[in-house]
Amino acid sequence: MSQVSDERAEVVFEDFKAPYDKSHAVAEANRCLYCEDAPCVKACPTAINIPEFIRKIATDNVRGSAKTIFDSNILGMSCARVCPVEVLCVGDCVYNNMNQPPIQIGKLQRYSTDRAYEAGWEYYQAGEDTGKSVGLIGAGPASLAAAHELRRLGHACTIYEKRAVKGGLNTTGVAPYKMKADRSVAEVEWVLSIGGIDIQHGVELGADMSFTDLEAKHDAVFLGMGLGEDRFLKADGEDMDGVHGAVAFIEEFKLGAVSLDSVSSAIVVGGGNTAVDAVRELVGLGVSNVTLVYRGQEAGMSGYIHEWSAAKIEGVRSCFQTQPVGYVGNGSVTGLKCISLDESKQPIDGTEHTLDAQLVLLAIGQGKLGHLLGELDGVELTNGCVVVDDHGATGRRGVYAGGDCANGGKEVVNGAAEGKRAATAMHKYMMGE
Amino acid sequence: MPDLTSNTAGIVSPNPFWLASAPPANSGDQIMRAFDHGWGGAVWKTLGTPIQNVSSRFGAINHQNSRGIGFNNIELITDRPLEVNFKEIYEVKKRYPKHAVIASLMVETREEWKEMIQRSIDAGADGLELNFGCPHGMCERGMGSAVGQEPTVNERITSWAKEFSTIPVLVKLTPNVADIIPHGLAAQRGGADGVSLINTIKSIIGVDIDRMVVNPRVGTLSTNGGYCGAAVRPIALHMVAALSRAAEFKLPISGIGGVTNWRDAVEFVLLGSTSVQVCTEVMLRGYRIVEDMIEGLENYMVDKGFERLDDMVGKAVSSYSEWGNLDLNYETVAKIDADSCIGCNKCMVACHDGAHQCIFPPTDGSHVPVVDEDECVGCNLCKIVCPVEDCITMTEVENGYTFATWNDHIAGTKQLRPKKGAH
Repeated sequence: MSQVSDERAEVVFEDFKAPYDKSHAVAEANRCLYCEDAPCVKACPTAINIPEFIRKIATDNVRGSAKTIFDSNILGMSCARVCPVEVLCVGDCVYNNMNQPPIQIGKLQRYSTDRAYEAGWEYYQAGEDTGKSVGLIGAGPASLAAAHELRRLGHACTIYEKRAVKGGLNTTGVAPYKMKADRSVAEVEWVLSIGGIDIQHGVELGADMSFTDLEAKHDAVFLGMGLGEDRFLKADGEDMDGVHGAVAFIEEFKLGAVSLDSVSSAIVVGGGNTAVDAVRELVGLGVSNVTLVYRGQEAGMSGYIHEWSAAKIEGVRSCFQTQPVGYVGNGSVTGLKCISLDESKQPIDGTEHTLDAQLVLLAIGQGKLGHLLGELDGVELTNGCVVVDDHGATGRRGVYAGGDCANGGKEVVNGAAEGKRAATAMHKYMMGE
Repeated sequence: MPDLTSNTAGIVSPNPFWLASAPPANSGDQIMRAFDHGWGGAVWKTLGTPIQNVSSRFGAINHQNSRGIGFNNIELITDRPLEVNFKEIYEVKKRYPKHAVIASLMVETREEWKEMIQRSIDAGADGLELNFGCPHGMCERGMGSAVGQEPTVNERITSWAKEFSTIPVLVKLTPNVADIIPHGLAAQRGGADGVSLINTIKSIIGVDIDRMVVNPRVGTLSTNGGYCGAAVRPIALHMVAALSRAAEFKLPISGIGGVTNWRDAVEFVLLGSTSVQVCTEVMLRGYRIVEDMIEGLENYMVDKGFERLDDMVGKAVSSYSEWGNLDLNYETVAKIDADSCIGCNKCMVACHDGAHQCIFPPTDGSHVPVVDEDECVGCNLCKIVCPVEDCITMTEVENGYTFATWNDHIAGTKQLRPKKGAH
């Protein structure tokens, strides 16, 4: 049911960061200084004991190395690939302070976790049955991390997922040169192997099941449904062929085939990480002219600088201080009408122009799903995101949240951390501790 | 999970990993923190008449990218009041009754030994370790290695200790002797319950070539110290194995010397140690290394099918034999895997300059050196210098000759294969 197709357009991508073989992993592991109270650990949202897992690679205790990772982050195999380590652990490696190359923590984590997965080493068992049950919304990283932890504590878990595939954005949204959908699904199956986590596909909160039903069925509820649909410009012509939300388009080529034969020029609108991923992906899919259009200046982009630098090396062009105002085309888009902006993002008269494009992707944010919860007593929303305390609890008893729906859209590792954190809090709540 | 319980001469600990008598086992606070990390036992920093230490005290060897591969010290025994040490032993044992606490002792007269042993027993120590090994400072005062190097003195003091002790007595042996066996036997004759080895090796760690003063420098002078760390492990393994295979030596062994991780510890156990003691690696990286040591040992035991630590003790001892018993007809040659060869030619230069001149430049336009297998003596040097894992394999050759040793040969009973590379 949740297996992904072999006919996915994403399969053409190769890993941007090649995996280590044993000798390279051991050499890099031996370079690690084994810091105490290490900055890399503090930079990791899941606080993996990084020096310890690396030392265990050096001593050829790879089974223990992977356990050190999974003990903190059950999604360690995908995080090894998709984490923006440059701005997290690797960015804080003390070698940076010595002007020496930092330890390649992500690649070492991939080495250990892949070996563990391939060897089939088993680490975790479900806890003794507590008789309690938790309903979780969305089968993405936050819910999976929460459910796994809850199972270790002996609680029954049911995940309600509106899509046919498991893994959330880890499956449908990760840049394929970091990780492909089949690997994400394989990781989900591995997480589920603890047993006792039931995933009900095709169930959407609000449409197929009311919140009241959900609360009635379970002792606690975890909201991990992520974000909503891509935002659009709301300009005339947006319904033409060739205009897509970026997240939806990425999902399309990650799970199936897309035809870009007629696209020689493509535009991605936005300056965040989805936009930067999308331009690199379009280059990889064979589009010859790919341009990023962003209202602000280059320095104001919220996308990671290391990713944008890679995009530029791969030949992506850019139009900064440029505001799209409409579309050109007849049924199918042929261009994007733009106007130039000044430094305070105000339109400059007389600068209207059209950029050729047979494909326009909008990466200007996603809607929030807070409206699904708007009526509930105790559940507060800020900018459409669910407000939670330091333990992942909302203001409503027994209702917890984590991942993008609460943090507004962060990394897989944040979802994993927030899911596990909420699981600990839900356990205490349900057990009356 | 396998049972890691260790029993050395009746001293039982939840695992075989003990802190050696050294700075990491200097105080109760340290040892309790070590136990919290998972260490199974600790040999207290040697107790005796408290001394005054110098600054500086430690020196180290960095080799290429490895810092502290060899280490030495000129620190002496405890500098803390004895009553404080004994009070802390009592407190540690009260809080950690299942962990092993061994009192290391070093004093001079029979009366002093009697008093120190009684106080150790009163404090609750699980065993004693007689420090007959320290090769610097204390030996100048007639203690430490000055005792360990004289079998008669070793035996006499050991017998005193056994006379006064109701708990197991280990004798810690010095490696600063030509042959370890007479010294192990002296301890055995004195009635010791077990031995621990090796203590540090008498050494000069280096010279400050700008000041022209030996390291570690104490003002304008220095002295010889005790060498330890990963670099001494082969010497320690040999001495442990030599005692393990000596038919007349019957005592259990606590192995010491260059243990840095679980693999090193397994080597000591396979050569007959029932516990292993660690100092330098803890000094360099902290008590936390024990997590990997325990986990790695457990995984190894699972993989090899050992249920109890005792099941693997000494499993490699019988493989340590005399040169004269080795099979002269056993033949290997080097094979280079062309696909993984990176073309560094390190094997070629090593073979030409350091071995038997049988690896040559390629003649087929590739970057892969060629082994002349008719000339290859199977020495391992090319494999040792090769930077690529498993690129060079030493492959066994079926040469038609049967097992034949030098002893067989001089007895005239077996035919030897023709020599290779002996032009």
